[in-house]
Amino acid sequence: MKLTGAEIFLESLKQEGVKTLFGLPGGVVLKIFDVLHQQKDIEVILTRHEQGAGHMAEGYAKATGKPGVALVTSGPGMTNIVTPLVDAYMDSVPIVVFTGQVPTQLIGNDAFQEADNVGISRPCTKYNFLVKDVNDLAQTIKEAFYIAMSGRPGPVLVDIPKDVAMNKGDFRYPQSVSIRGYNPTYEGNKWQIKQAVEAIHKAKKPIIYVGGGAIFSNAHEELMEFAELTQIPVDMTLMALGAFPATHNLSLGMMGMHGSYASNMAVHYSDLVIAIGSRFDDRVTGKVSEFCPEAKVIHIDIDPTSIRKNVHVDVPIVGDVKTVLRELNAMLKATPNGNSIEQRRPWWNQINEWRTKHPMGYVQPPDAKIKPQYVIDRLYQLTKDKDPIVATDVGQHQMFAAQHFLLNKPRRWLTSGGLGTMGFGLPAALGAQAAFRDRLVLCIAGDGSIQMNMQEMATAMISKLPVKTFIINNHFHGMVRQWQDLFYEGRYASSYLDTVPDFVKMAEAFNAAGFRATKVSEVDDVIKEALKTDKPVLVDIEVDAYENCYPMIPAGGANHEMILEDPPEMKRGEKPASKVAGEDKDTVLTA
Amino acid sequence: MEHIISVLVENKFGVLSRVVNLFSGRGYNIETLCVAPTMDPSISLMTIVTSGDDRIIEQIVKQLNKVIDVIKVVDINESEFVEREMALIKIHTRQEDRAEALRITDIFRGKVVDSSQNSYTIEITGDVKKVEAAINLLQPLGIKELVRTGRVAIPREPARTTATQPKRILKEEK
Repeated sequence: MKLTGAEIFLESLKQEGVKTLFGLPGGVVLKIFDVLHQQKDIEVILTRHEQGAGHMAEGYAKATGKPGVALVTSGPGMTNIVTPLVDAYMDSVPIVVFTGQVPTQLIGNDAFQEADNVGISRPCTKYNFLVKDVNDLAQTIKEAFYIAMSGRPGPVLVDIPKDVAMNKGDFRYPQSVSIRGYNPTYEGNKWQIKQAVEAIHKAKKPIIYVGGGAIFSNAHEELMEFAELTQIPVDMTLMALGAFPATHNLSLGMMGMHGSYASNMAVHYSDLVIAIGSRFDDRVTGKVSEFCPEAKVIHIDIDPTSIRKNVHVDVPIVGDVKTVLRELNAMLKATPNGNSIEQRRPWWNQINEWRTKHPMGYVQPPDAKIKPQYVIDRLYQLTKDKDPIVATDVGQHQMFAAQHFLLNKPRRWLTSGGLGTMGFGLPAALGAQAAFRDRLVLCIAGDGSIQMNMQEMATAMISKLPVKTFIINNHFHGMVRQWQDLFYEGRYASSYLDTVPDFVKMAEAFNAAGFRATKVSEVDDVIKEALKTDKPVLVDIEVDAYENCYPMIPAGGANHEMILEDPPEMKRGEKPASKVAGEDKDTVLTA
Repeated sequence: MEHIISVLVENKFGVLSRVVNLFSGRGYNIETLCVAPTMDPSISLMTIVTSGDDRIIEQIVKQLNKVIDVIKVVDINESEFVEREMALIKIHTRQEDRAEALRITDIFRGKVVDSSQNSYTIEITGDVKKVEAAINLLQPLGIKELVRTGRVAIPREPARTTATQPKRILKEEK
């Protein structure tokens, strides 16, 4: 059967089970959009910026576990989606990005809207393709989805020149893929797993350190079984939140730079670290030479390069987390060792002492400015029965959300971890909402981050994606301001964002709903109001601009060297003067 | 420590760039790089000379294996090996130096591959030490131009008595 490249594209996507595509048209991809316009199987969500399309694809992928798909044009369309590609590469998110390219005979001629798409994306994709012949298109798309989803997932880019989309070719969708240089290992080595079992039996002070890999491999049940079987405390990275229930007694919460006191102390003083689908990122290890100095390390990961990249590993297990944990659980059950739990009693006593000494908390005096932690806490309390999906941007609000929004299930947490992309939250939330129209999707944003992809409120309106966005508004790049207080003697270099825009009016300008809370007593009301609204909502919450996020491991510090409150030597800066607000409006910063 | 790494790759456009990007992006060294087709026209062989401690070399081998177009990676230094490099050296020769130039060429079992009234182009093949020794000796005569191929290497077949199979580093760490 002869089809045009554009039709082959559509048929191939249908074969891959794609239901939603995020994109923005342009000259060289018009043919493909034209074909998409004439069918009903795949919903096209028109974004306002290609970066939005990329993050929506990421949000979709993280929430569903299926690949997110974006289609953008050549040149600026492609360069605008580079940030989501890097973000997805860092956080192992399976997305397939299709970019248009100038006709093959013009490639290399500096044609209008030409960019070296494969060259630019080579270092930020798991793999990329330039399709030069329409007859290769179906095979390429098959390989692209296979590579994105298998092994350690990641972004794949397929560059389609205009003439390839226009020309006719044979369509036969391949049933299987075989790439001789690419054979991910799923089964863990049995001998190593046995070593792990022995180490676990011997350990007196073990800790489980779970990363995002546990979520990608859908291993939450196996992880639960493993933790309960061994009664070992569980630390989670930012990416792993939801992989293990935050309210479970074995959970110590998030670890790392802004992790809980107990989780960081436990990993530092442990004698066995069981790393599961995690990569020993510097935000987790702190000063790497002092990371868990007395511990043996078991590392389970599908990516061999993650193993021994940053820290020494005693028991490396290359494999899929779910598959390996199953095997590990089976071996543990076959060799029960009642002593191992008994001998860890002092360890648990120590952990419980840490837990009670510095629990994750905050103080909210009723008449003071709203504390950001209070907003997250109330949002959590008022929505937890609805099992929401929570997206965040990057900064203080993200860390407060990670600390105080307790997640008990995987694929509820959409955040940019590795790259730390501000502007990720709103589009990611929209991507998740596009996948789950009936569920509650929250976006927790900062006033700085939200402005980085604010335009996607239009997408929310047009495509009817009623995401509820809560802006923790402190009129600062809050995390930058916190570092300036702690390490730059309070000089607020370019961190003050002033009093614009008015987010409620902004919401109204998009024909969405806008609410504002400035007092503690109003917080519950605006949350309830937002939840009642069918439309997309922006809620502006004026918080204490000077609240800092603790615990904090200062950059270069070891995990047990946490700062727990504003240090006495900290020098708070001058309140910046507003350049736009009148006297009456410029009260937001006065504590 | 210096390592010679053999990398079998798909013979496709962009593959060299993927490998080179990996080295530059992660701050690894490439001392020499040699790329040529193999018996199978769909596969090319890259010989990369790099350096680093054991941890860095382990990462380089793993990262290379991770590249989808890389089919196989062998750290040649894991076993006994033979290495060769070729240099073409164009030297300036005054009448009285020509005999000396030929003598040096002879000592290193080189060949004169081009000659003019006041120059010789000499081909020297051997391991790095030999090539460098030849260059050093020819230097005083006046080297006009020098081209080196970079190194290629191949593991030795195990001798009967001291048989140690070359350890291949495969895709998966077992």
